[in-house]
Amino acid sequence: MDKLDFSLLKEIALMDSIPTGAYNIRKNGDSAGRFSTESIRIENKTDGKNGIDINIRSNTKGETVHIPVIITESGHRETVYNDFYIGDNCDVTIMAGCGIHNCGDSESRHDGVHTFYIGKNSVVRYAEKHYGGGDGNGTNIMNPETVVYVGEGSTIQMDTVQIKGIDSTARKTKIVVGKDGSAIINEKLLTHGSQYAESDMDLVLEGENSNGRIISRSVAQDSSKQVFRPVVVGKSPCFGHIRCDSILMNNATISSVPALDAQHTDAQLIHEAAIGKIAGDQLLKLMTLGLTEEEAEEKILEGFLGE
Amino acid sequence: MLEIKNLCFSAFDGNEKINILNNIDLTVKPGTFLVLTGPNGGGKTTLAKAVSGLVQPTDGKIIWNGEDITEMSITDRAKCGISYGFQQPPRFTGMKVGALLSLAAGKELSRIDCCSYLNKVGLCAADYVDREVDTSLSGGEVKRIEIATILARKSGLMIFDEPEAGIDLWSFAKLTETFRELHNTSDATIIVISHQERIISLADEIAIIAGGKISEHGSKDEIFPKLLGTGLGCEYMREAK
Repeated sequence: MDKLDFSLLKEIALMDSIPTGAYNIRKNGDSAGRFSTESIRIENKTDGKNGIDINIRSNTKGETVHIPVIITESGHRETVYNDFYIGDNCDVTIMAGCGIHNCGDSESRHDGVHTFYIGKNSVVRYAEKHYGGGDGNGTNIMNPETVVYVGEGSTIQMDTVQIKGIDSTARKTKIVVGKDGSAIINEKLLTHGSQYAESDMDLVLEGENSNGRIISRSVAQDSSKQVFRPVVVGKSPCFGHIRCDSILMNNATISSVPALDAQHTDAQLIHEAAIGKIAGDQLLKLMTLGLTEEEAEEKILEGFLGE
Repeated sequence: MLEIKNLCFSAFDGNEKINILNNIDLTVKPGTFLVLTGPNGGGKTTLAKAVSGLVQPTDGKIIWNGEDITEMSITDRAKCGISYGFQQPPRFTGMKVGALLSLAAGKELSRIDCCSYLNKVGLCAADYVDREVDTSLSGGEVKRIEIATILARKSGLMIFDEPEAGIDLWSFAKLTETFRELHNTSDATIIVISHQERIISLADEIAIIAGGKISEHGSKDEIFPKLLGTGLGCEYMREAK
């Protein structure tokens, strides 16, 4: 592990050094370090697929698992399958994320498929951050796919962040929520240059009294393009809420296509979506506080994306 | 000292020219608490916006502490110590109340500092510092946060545009107390656009703007009785009572 590796790890997983607790660091397709604890076992997949299985024993509380992926070799392409088996009564945090540093001219690409099987009455926080850097002409591509099965009485909070550096992303998220379960997805995205990002989310509220929220905030700058397709399906008495806010700048385009699919009479589903430029009176207000127009714009975006 | 000389502002409604400010002359001495009042549409907000740079006058001059600021940008005027509290303040999705107050103060404010400004506008501070200035706040809450941003700036000229609008009675009592204290403890020149008798009664001077002109300007003792009496057509004042 060198300085560049740690700078990528800091961007995506806030890691300054080797973390405490269980971890698996994947670098250019190889393992650059792995550690299992008594309650969290990380093992290579045995079904022939590229990736790892993470087994979290029932009643594991207060532990964090780091599984960052870094790519520093221009032209490296991979598809990785990581499966998480989380027992009952757990309270755990999973820090994933992928950082690409591309100094070359070839396309670097990481397609990651994460599947979570969450038992009963567990609380799982899952954070993934995607970042691209490097001054080469090679493009950085990431296509993350996340599938979550939330067991009875369990909760997942998924925070997904992509701020700059990824030229093309097609992200797919599917969460199926069981009885009394809950899912919260916070998505933050900023694209610039000629980047392209699309995000498909399916939140299926399957069990009785399940609830789910999708909160998406995005900023599209320059001539970048974004497409959002958040869908909430209510299959039982449940509550679902989609809220998408996007700020459009320069010549960027954003298409937001939220959908509600109520398949039960007691399903309560709401969607709100707003796309627009930074409001003129927001800029003016901050200018009357002594900021220049550029500083005002920066502060508005910073607040909006919660940086 | 604020000197407004022969200030004019006109706008076009289709081809029709509308004069919103007509040759306004107004001098406000340092440390004065001036209330601007008068009927709706009379030009009060436009005048305040012209002083803060949000509206560019078509003619005339604005001089602040001897410096001609008529052509100065909004940002530079703010840096010269001019503050304007919006009548209808914007919301900022994602931005926390504490962060907005810090921007206003021009430095990172501690939690305790934020709380003291919020308390001054009648908000229970601990509940608000980490809240976002978005649509989850009511109009009255956003308005009070707006006033707190002006208090946090500690500038030489503070303009408040109808601070009472949308604010409940209990908070209003706190607000009038804050204006009184601000006037007693600082050297700032305070201009408040208001129709409220309790705010007007705090003033050193009152100016009445109607039809884009200053129709009356004088000490509170001179103008206040006229507002409450007949002759100025300020029926709304009595209704407000």
